[in-house]
Amino acid sequence: MQVLKQIFYIVALPLILIGLWALGTSGAKNFFVPTPALLAERFAATWFTERIFTDVLPSIGRLVTGVLIAIALGIIIGLLIGLNKWLRDFTEPVFEFFRAIPPPVLVPVLMIIMGINDSMKVAVIVFGCIWPVLLNTIEGVRSIDPVQNETSRSYGIDGFARVRYQILPSAAPQIMAGVRQALPIGLILMVISEMFASSSGLGFTIVQFQRSFAIPEMWSGIVVLGLIGVAMSFIFQFIERRILRWYRGLKEVENAS
Amino acid sequence: MTANSAAPATARAAIKKRRSSSPRRLILGVAGIITFLLAWEIAPRVGLLPARYLPPASEVLAVFAQDLGMASLWKAVGDTMLAWVIGLSIAVVAATVIGLVVGMSPFLRKFTNSTVEFLRPIPSVALIPLAVLLFGVKLESSLMLIIYASFWQVLIQTLYGVADVDNVAMNTAKSYGFSYIQRVRDVVFPTVWPFLMTGIRLAAAVALILAITAQLVIGSPGLGNEISRAQSGGAIAGMYALILATGLLGVLINMVMRFIEKKTLGWHPSVRGEVVV
Repeated sequence: MQVLKQIFYIVALPLILIGLWALGTSGAKNFFVPTPALLAERFAATWFTERIFTDVLPSIGRLVTGVLIAIALGIIIGLLIGLNKWLRDFTEPVFEFFRAIPPPVLVPVLMIIMGINDSMKVAVIVFGCIWPVLLNTIEGVRSIDPVQNETSRSYGIDGFARVRYQILPSAAPQIMAGVRQALPIGLILMVISEMFASSSGLGFTIVQFQRSFAIPEMWSGIVVLGLIGVAMSFIFQFIERRILRWYRGLKEVENAS
Repeated sequence: MTANSAAPATARAAIKKRRSSSPRRLILGVAGIITFLLAWEIAPRVGLLPARYLPPASEVLAVFAQDLGMASLWKAVGDTMLAWVIGLSIAVVAATVIGLVVGMSPFLRKFTNSTVEFLRPIPSVALIPLAVLLFGVKLESSLMLIIYASFWQVLIQTLYGVADVDNVAMNTAKSYGFSYIQRVRDVVFPTVWPFLMTGIRLAAAVALILAITAQLVIGSPGLGNEISRAQSGGAIAGMYALILATGLLGVLINMVMRFIEKKTLGWHPSVRGEVVV
């Protein structure tokens, strides 16, 4: 019974919405909105072809590469800057400015500097995603409990061991918050870099469908992007739960008391 | 709470410490900006980076200063801010109302959860082709993207906020016969407000990104469109000047949002704590 209830809560509203959508498009032929059945059919016909290998997978590859580079660079530079108060004050205004620039404007800039190629698209993603990770790492390192710092100093834990066992874990919640902010930016930049300057990739394909008024195909492309977004958020939640398991447990204990 | 009597003294010392360290921070910060500008000036001049693609800072700043006197820049800024304000306001109002209604009903919360979790991660740029098809290059297409992107930020924060409402306070209000409106206003809203403010601050940044993106990719009027025109027209220094303008706009929006947050949340521990600790 309990399980049935759970399933009801998960599927009821989506089913109602799809029902309304089918009802709304079944009567008069609507040019802009395809029926669910037509969309599903075109979705399979459009994406389960060699397009997966020519457009979808390369796009995802660039996205993953860019995001991973941004996370690694952001954490490393963030640690270096966060551990040094002088450097932190020195770089803060400049970094705040860079963070405030809407990342999509980097597309035209990197296009003229690097030309139109894969490395430019990865660079756009790296430049856009690095700021939330970097600034959150700095903030996370800065706000470490001073008692912890002094404890590890008096136990003679320093250098790499201190970073590995004290600083990284205690900054982890903040770093993960930065990564969470970075992921959607990466996806946005992947699409935009392809819409702006490309002859392949998901963003390009979808715009192409729209320009040729292939409306159901265009919708199916939007669905693909949505699925990538959902998959990314699930993978992130899974990883976050593993990395921050100790932290969630700690919070629960604190909240209970 | 045991250290209550010592708290004022510590607080005063902390404030003093902050004040004495703030000129140092300011000087270092300004030094950082100057170093950055110098690096930007020197790198193209000595040929480290091609000056054709990255003009030296002085050239860009000169164009920027020139732009400041021109009506076209201000019109672009005005168009961008108009889309930003309208989009953000609609998103905030809709998300707050829906968030409060859904959050206060356990049934609606469970009922909508899967749909929200599925719709939220869909990148709003996926809607660009649809927006172009429906509205062309008009303001509405920017608005559609801005509203979609900022709506979820605010909604999620509101839902978190409502979930954080103290059960005892809620039950007390119920047993004292508070009406639904009264409960929302006097019990739920004060708890939600800090969460909501965070959501609005995040949404404000996202809305600016989407406003610029829509103008850049779709070509509706505004700063983004000017940037893409400068780039395709080969006015490279002009393009960097416009990017500088978008960055400054972003910084300004962040600062205003933080200011509002601080002003309206002066009573809240998370803000008060910043001063005392």
